[in-house]
Amino acid sequence: MSWWPVIALCASAYALKALGLVLGERLDRDVSERWSLQIVVVPVLAALIVVQTVTTGRHYALDARTPALLVAAVLVWRKAPFVVVAGAAAGTAALLRVVA
Amino acid sequence: MSGDPIVRNALSVGVATGVYAVSFGVLSVAAGFSVVQTCVMSLVCFTGASQLTFASVIGAGGGVAGALGPALLLAGRNALYAFSLKGVLGGTVSRRALRAQVVVDETTAMAHAQPTLAAKRRAFDLTALCLFTAWNLGTLVGALAGRGLGNPRDYGLDAMFPAVFLALLAPQLRGPDAVRAALAGVLVALALVPVSPAGVPIIASALGAVPVLLTARARRAKAVRV
Repeated sequence: MSWWPVIALCASAYALKALGLVLGERLDRDVSERWSLQIVVVPVLAALIVVQTVTTGRHYALDARTPALLVAAVLVWRKAPFVVVAGAAAGTAALLRVVA
Repeated sequence: MSGDPIVRNALSVGVATGVYAVSFGVLSVAAGFSVVQTCVMSLVCFTGASQLTFASVIGAGGGVAGALGPALLLAGRNALYAFSLKGVLGGTVSRRALRAQVVVDETTAMAHAQPTLAAKRRAFDLTALCLFTAWNLGTLVGALAGRGLGNPRDYGLDAMFPAVFLALLAPQLRGPDAVRAALAGVLVALALVPVSPAGVPIIASALGAVPVLLTARARRAKAVRV
């Protein structure tokens, strides 16, 4: 395999990150609230959670990931430690797949 | 393990990421990239979902041009993340340029889950360190070992990432504005999943923050006038 696909991917991936950083530094001048830019990431993280849980490719899919997320949600609500939340979600999905 | 929750959380995110990196290493070598090329991708590109997509499209015979589009759509959200991390990615120009390289889902979520700017910076840097180490070590192991290491799904790791992001999103859902933005983002993304390429629903979900930003601006304008 030639090197240029590797270079193309690496260069464009970094360009996107740098672009966001430069735009953030330019645009924030007139925005005073501390959370104003952070709020942009709230819907993105929420979407990431749901898309990673209930979709596969372009299809909706209800499988072991959904109960795993529900278990995680209860633990987050009960203020369980991070490692417990992560472990319980992985354990639930793995267990359900073995059973199924 | 350390008693400091930021260190502990950064380490656990790192371990899970390392397992995914192994599967990237395997996939990339199977797609025809050399071990060195595979490792360079992880070091320099450092964007998990994009690298996995890039390697699998090329492995499936999709060609470089066909692989670059989907990979960049997935990488597009890093631009949003870097945008939101203004202030957190502080320091000299070279420091900021270095930190921009490690702006991904995990570092952003960990940073924004912290209450103060100092804690955000620390969480960002520590998560970046754990993630970068684990991602590149895992890639090397996968590229050298090849097949036979098992699928991350067997350990439920595909279900672990949403759980981790939920734990990191929860402290950010203070107040009705944040909750509204989150719900709007989920609706936008779910509506787009069947009709758009992977990556687009996640980028578009940022639109969920627009109503909140507009009302905040209107509120401020009013306050200035009074």
